[in-house]
Amino acid sequence: MILAVASGKGGTGKTTIATSLALSLAAEFTPPPLFLDCDVEAPNAHLFLKPTFEQRQDVGILIPRVDEAKCTHCGKCAEVCQYHAIAVLGKKTLVFPQLCHGCGSCTALCPEHAITEIPDVMGVIERGPAASGIPFARGMLDVGEPMAVPVIRQLLAWAQPEPGQLVLRDVPPGTSCPVVAAVRGSDYLLLVTEPTPFGLHDLKLAAQIARELDIPSGVIVNRANGSYPELDDFCAAEGLPILLRIPFERAIAEGVAQGRTLVEIHPEYADYFRQVFAQITASLP
Amino acid sequence: MKIILTTSSASLDSEVDPRFGRGAYLLVVNTETLEWQAYPNPGASAPGGAGIQAAQFVADQKVGAVLSGDFGPHAFNALQAAGVPMYVYNEVRTAREAIEHFKAGQLQQLDAPTRRGDCDHGHHG
Repeated sequence: MILAVASGKGGTGKTTIATSLALSLAAEFTPPPLFLDCDVEAPNAHLFLKPTFEQRQDVGILIPRVDEAKCTHCGKCAEVCQYHAIAVLGKKTLVFPQLCHGCGSCTALCPEHAITEIPDVMGVIERGPAASGIPFARGMLDVGEPMAVPVIRQLLAWAQPEPGQLVLRDVPPGTSCPVVAAVRGSDYLLLVTEPTPFGLHDLKLAAQIARELDIPSGVIVNRANGSYPELDDFCAAEGLPILLRIPFERAIAEGVAQGRTLVEIHPEYADYFRQVFAQITASLP
Repeated sequence: MKIILTTSSASLDSEVDPRFGRGAYLLVVNTETLEWQAYPNPGASAPGGAGIQAAQFVADQKVGAVLSGDFGPHAFNALQAAGVPMYVYNEVRTAREAIEHFKAGQLQQLDAPTRRGDCDHGHHG
């Protein structure tokens, strides 16, 4: 089973919840759940689960290289490129690696066979054991690289679970392509939100991704002090169960800021997270 | 000389559009006769690579110069490869004024991009 933790809005507590959920379930599962930090633009789950990375691999895409001796500047490559990553300007054909998605269309369709593909490294994937024997893997996009999706895809392909092993994916914030790449293929989407207009606005967008991908989902409300009926109304109308409410509390904020997990700060949360997981599995066919 | 400038509407009296890749119109003008033709900028609504699309259009038009307020690194590299000199607007308001300033040699020619690219810090996907 694959469980993804997403939020839409950043800073709602995805990693706080994903890491504590992993620790709460680690003792119950053999092997313990596989934890994947898919937030490759700013991975931070390692701060809480403290893995020792033992394997490391460069990742990237194949980008075109033009042989100017063979190129007739016919413009076919620029015409087929959906991302404007290759342009024919007079007697020069220029490649813009940061716009290239590595689809290979220009190479395949060049009538002069003047294009070959060369690897363009854009990040790294790493794995190793973490706290409570949790196998941990993450991707990390290089600074200045604009595209997270290839790194996420290669992380998911590389860090495969054992048969029957539970997988927890810590998803990037937002609702764009990297989020879809990290959520796709999961069996359940746990949406973390906060009772604010921003939290609700982005929860609505994230819930649309779940609906579009046809993935059952439920909500955890973090910093859940005070009343914000709009959030409860939305969840009720959408049929999204609210699985847990975590209060806004100074002790939690201080602990997390020191790199401690929620279950270390408040051990009773291990039981709450196990109940959340039981609710999730009970809701699935 | 045939030149191209970025404008916010399809007219010689239009205000100039300071953006190259995402400027609304590309106005092709003959600086001697002031004959002009406006084309919607193909980069204006592109999700990414706007500067390159606009530069490709400019290169295909075989003009002697291109005038705008802002050339990012991709557009700059593409236009430089195409051999089209780039000039930046000063305080001009309309396309007509920009052409006068260009003819009088009052616009500065670029030798480096005017800013970092959106792609260097943006969120693509």
